[in-house]
Amino acid sequence: MANSLFEEKLNSGEFIVTTEVGPPKSVDVSEVVHHIKLLKDKVDAINITDHQSSVMRFPSIGGCLLVKELGGEPILQMTCRDRNRLALQAELLLAYSRDIKNVLCLTGDSVDVGDHKEAKPVFDLDSVQLIKMIRTLESGTDMGGNELGAAPKFCIGATVHPEADFIEPQLIKFDKKVNAGAQFLQTQGIFELASLRRFMQYASQFNIKILAGLIVLSSAGMARYMNNNVPGIIISQAIIDEMASVEKGKGLQKGIEIATRMIKTIKEENLCHGVHIMAVGNESIVPDILEAAELVSTPG
Amino acid sequence: MIVAEQKSLEEIRRMIAPYPRVLILGCGTCMTVCNAGGESEVSFLHNSLRLAEVRSGDGIHTFTEHTVKRQCDPEFLETLSEKTIDVDVILSLGCGIGVQAIAEYLGDIPVLPGVNTSFMGMTKESGVWDERCAACGECRLEDTGGICPITRCTKGILNGPCAGTKNGKCEANKDVDCAWILIYKRLERLQQLDKMRRYYSPRNFRAIPRPRRILSKVEIATGESDG
Repeated sequence: MANSLFEEKLNSGEFIVTTEVGPPKSVDVSEVVHHIKLLKDKVDAINITDHQSSVMRFPSIGGCLLVKELGGEPILQMTCRDRNRLALQAELLLAYSRDIKNVLCLTGDSVDVGDHKEAKPVFDLDSVQLIKMIRTLESGTDMGGNELGAAPKFCIGATVHPEADFIEPQLIKFDKKVNAGAQFLQTQGIFELASLRRFMQYASQFNIKILAGLIVLSSAGMARYMNNNVPGIIISQAIIDEMASVEKGKGLQKGIEIATRMIKTIKEENLCHGVHIMAVGNESIVPDILEAAELVSTPG
Repeated sequence: MIVAEQKSLEEIRRMIAPYPRVLILGCGTCMTVCNAGGESEVSFLHNSLRLAEVRSGDGIHTFTEHTVKRQCDPEFLETLSEKTIDVDVILSLGCGIGVQAIAEYLGDIPVLPGVNTSFMGMTKESGVWDERCAACGECRLEDTGGICPITRCTKGILNGPCAGTKNGKCEANKDVDCAWILIYKRLERLQQLDKMRRYYSPRNFRAIPRPRRILSKVEIATGESDG
């Protein structure tokens, strides 16, 4: 039996659509609430980012609680950067108790790229160990070997980087994530479908659902900035040139066009099991992409 | 060896301000090799402090200097007592271990750190030192082609590279090699990539509980060979 609405959808064989919402550096969550309301019935699940790019914000678990309150299906992004194994386990107990049952396991960006560069980087666990730890909790014991009163059950995701410039070590890590118990993968932002095709040739041997990560660009400048400053982003020159080809002010429209085009191809060619749309600050345009790509879905 | 950097003259002058008679104490081992606190650095610092006193015009300080072979070993500290008779403070250019060893040995005289102890490393080239060991107490270099992921990966992760690596460099610093790319290439060369495919469980941070202490096993070993 499926453990969450999202897991049910994963098992259904239908094309899956997820998106992400980044919480604010604020106690005013009205914009996030607006975005969640806008998206919750149009996608299968909403990721809530965990201090994305190591910038301190309202927490992922808080955003997931908002998604639940508003009737949506959250995916808790959980990095190993800020919490040791006690804190990670405790937060998973909290998440499960509040019906947050989808977890995306990430190593986490380096503290050096964020806005608290002097902070202690934790990394008590890595992403593979985090997946294993969750499976251990599910078996009824914590990492210290102590019995839990009642055990949780999660739907576990992880990430992979099909466009990494040196793919072999990434594939070894991908294998480890699958073997540790990941059920779905949301890829890092993809800009060339050729790399997704190559990756899927490899990944199709595993029993795991792959969602292609798509970043919606808003300008050529943003693309260049992300290339140079955001870990795990490799944007091809062809895409940068395409973004630069439009007049000023039309960049986001172009970004939407590129994302839509990619989604359509992925769906038509049945390249992978779904898409994960990352609008990075422009969450309100995600419904436009879904409509343009003829992908308006409902949870469950 | 232990690698350190000498503190700024400004910080050193602020620390020694309340103490008129200062013994600058060098260390003849690691601090000599990394140019942070050997005999010549002691002498250079001595001159710099004197000059600064003269320039400031309000100098109350007198300085003496001395260098021992190793500040961290009581065996080499026996000569210290006579050097500290007319001294109000010791400015140690030993590593953090040296500073504490001197403080434990002498008890009644304040000991100030003249260097910032940085890491355990090796000489990469003249004037360049690189960190190589984090003293985790559970050496896993057998599995990683002789390259330490705990020390050389900014995240110290154990199961392969994160997604932030680009052009073989680290997401935290584009001038630094990604440890996991180095490990992959080395293991590939050694035909030991199976080692990278293994799952490595989380670190045991109590491999040696803090504060750590090691007891010599020599007697036990001798006992076994005799018995």
